[in-house]
Amino acid sequence: MSAPAYLDQVYLDHNATSPLRPEAFDAMAEALRTGGNPSAVHGVGRRARSLVDKARRQVATLIGALPAEVIFTSGGTEANNMALAGSGRRRVLISSIEHESVQRAVPDADIVPVDGEGVLDLASLERQLAASDESALVSVMFANNETGVLQPIADVVRLARQAGALVHCDAVQGAGKAPVDLHGLGVDYLSLSAHKFGGPTGIGALVVGNGAPFASDRLGGGQEFNRRAGTENVAGIAGFAAAAAAAQDGLAVDRLRERLEASLLAIAPAARVFGAGARRLGNTTCISMPGVKAETQVMALDLAGVCVSAGAACSSGKVHRSAVLAAMGVEDAVAETAIRISCGWNTESDDIERLIAAWHDLYIRVVQSDIRQVRAA
Amino acid sequence: MNVFTQIRRNDQPIYLDYQATTPMDPRVLEAMMPYFTYKFGNPHSRSHSYGWEAEEGVEKARGQVAKLIGADEKEVIFTSGATESNNLAIRGVAEFYKDRRNHIVTTVTEHKCVLDTCRHLEQQGFEVTYLPVQKNGLIDLEVLRAAVTDKTVVVSIMAVNNEIGVIQPLAEIGKICREKKAFFHTDAAQAAGKIPLDVEAMNIDLMSISGHKIYGPKGIGALYVRRKPRIRLVPLIVGGGQERGFRSGTLPTPLCVGLGEAAEIALKEMDAEAKRLAKLQARMLNGLNAKLTDIHVNGDLEHRIPGNLNIGFAYVEGESLMMGIKGLSVSSGSACTSASLEPSYVLRALGVEEDMAHTSLRIGLGRFTTEQEVDTAVDELVRHVNKLRAMSPLWEMAQEGIDIKSIEWAAH
Repeated sequence: MSAPAYLDQVYLDHNATSPLRPEAFDAMAEALRTGGNPSAVHGVGRRARSLVDKARRQVATLIGALPAEVIFTSGGTEANNMALAGSGRRRVLISSIEHESVQRAVPDADIVPVDGEGVLDLASLERQLAASDESALVSVMFANNETGVLQPIADVVRLARQAGALVHCDAVQGAGKAPVDLHGLGVDYLSLSAHKFGGPTGIGALVVGNGAPFASDRLGGGQEFNRRAGTENVAGIAGFAAAAAAAQDGLAVDRLRERLEASLLAIAPAARVFGAGARRLGNTTCISMPGVKAETQVMALDLAGVCVSAGAACSSGKVHRSAVLAAMGVEDAVAETAIRISCGWNTESDDIERLIAAWHDLYIRVVQSDIRQVRAA
Repeated sequence: MNVFTQIRRNDQPIYLDYQATTPMDPRVLEAMMPYFTYKFGNPHSRSHSYGWEAEEGVEKARGQVAKLIGADEKEVIFTSGATESNNLAIRGVAEFYKDRRNHIVTTVTEHKCVLDTCRHLEQQGFEVTYLPVQKNGLIDLEVLRAAVTDKTVVVSIMAVNNEIGVIQPLAEIGKICREKKAFFHTDAAQAAGKIPLDVEAMNIDLMSISGHKIYGPKGIGALYVRRKPRIRLVPLIVGGGQERGFRSGTLPTPLCVGLGEAAEIALKEMDAEAKRLAKLQARMLNGLNAKLTDIHVNGDLEHRIPGNLNIGFAYVEGESLMMGIKGLSVSSGSACTSASLEPSYVLRALGVEEDMAHTSLRIGLGRFTTEQEVDTAVDELVRHVNKLRAMSPLWEMAQEGIDIKSIEWAAH
């Protein structure tokens, strides 16, 4: 199989999806060779079952859970939906920067604001929890997909416990990039997605810890401890687990990111890195290029062989105003100029240099044309 | 690189469980490979070529699936598999139209995920009619006609049964549903790619498809949702609004591509494969009949996919037979419930008596089954059935002409 010429493109959109790690590929190939339906009692079925069992242990290890707490799903979206529907709590509080798969699953939820750095407002959470006696579910993401800002999950859990609330954490953007510890954090429900850290698409997990209440509405053959019916995606599960094992230590891209941000800010001192004052994932930069619309940047960078994004990759491709930046109080005119650059397991310093050069060229071109226009006027 | 150098190694048992799952066709894997490696983009990323390329793969696959069932590509939604498709179809329409219609019709031999979904809806206040089936496993169309009312929102009847392989009269069912203005959903997990399906000619409004039952990957399926007239669904999974809002979540590009390729191959080879499998099915049945008496095929033999046999071996305990035939991978029923020792509810619904249901095996033949494997399987089955019968007092009595049913067993 020969790879096409554009392989020389630099891919810096790992928060949308990350390329498959070789370890994951190998594990999937082995699972495909094994074949079989894990529910079948014959030898072929039992071999498939043992692959699933082994994978469940590996995924559990990634996030410090027990294997029996891991329910494989078709991805992060399904895991989020199941957690929010399955806790039995009708009163739900979510942060203002949650992924759409959380927001749209609980359209009546109370919204907890974030501050200008994109960090959950804990004082507000405490007040909102105290506003009603009804026991609640609090859903706060581990790290934001657009800014990479880490949320104070341990504090959320502390406040929630005082109020008798359960906690769901969408860790889709955290796991495999930074250490995530289910029991250390004390959360009740945790969502994972494999393809954000080098596993395959089409597979994720919902982890139900602490013996938290959970009722499933995924009905059928009783797979996944009666919590999520459907023949197990054995190869996907094996690939997920292998990626989890490979990602156990997280990403070591912080220094690349420091270099990236320092360089871009040197080129355009008026550029703004969103969430820069907060603790962030080491791989994500959300940065504005003064006066240049995000779509223009994304297209120009793509032509220069660098793939980034203008925000989340979901929905129908329409370019929406970023709800995350709006929630942080960023003015529309600035938010429209923000792009997301996200590194991953195969990012190297050459990739960062290519991005810096392309970003530089674009910025200079735009600034110079502005100057010409000013002179002509 | 080809991970399948051989479909089956010689030291592995003969795989005869094609209704549980199928091995992936190497051609399918080959089509998927680039999307695992260098075409890895998120198909929903609109800002760079990785995303566009992945989207192209997904959309081609959508067209391939649509073509298999005579649908428009806009009418195909990717899901994580047939279980999700069935959950989404039935709950989706029931919940969307609940203010106007609150009645559902299905059959007692549906897959567990359909039956469980219907039970769930009953708890939500819907009324469900579970149609019986005839001795041959097929529904009685007059019974169906009488069951559908102006309150019926959806009729969900599987195209091909997963245990006994019988094909329901889809066109006739579709006609009745259309007359009564009820939606027709069919679980075609075991039918797609095996028998001709045409959503227009059969008046099918919703159809569930599974990847891994048609030599494609696990973890992917599809739901056909008619657009003309438009059918609305309450989604099961919400979020980024992918799949026209019916099913959120990043699409697994390689799996979509695999399902598409599997659908295209199935369509292209359907006739030839059906003929080949019919020969193998006859060879298996004739082989067994030539050497064994008192065996019984469960379900209609004529209205049946050629890749399935479900056979009761009288006077033999199914579990012991399963344990004995170590060289064969077969099952006693659906894979989901095969770990339980309960007799199959499908066989019970045909009126197969409990003792006979306990002696039954599901034998699935498929694309990679060879004549030689069938012959070996026949030999092995004959050998073990004879061995077990030789030890069976019931068999001995039957040979002496005693009617087993007339025996009055003493209570312990």
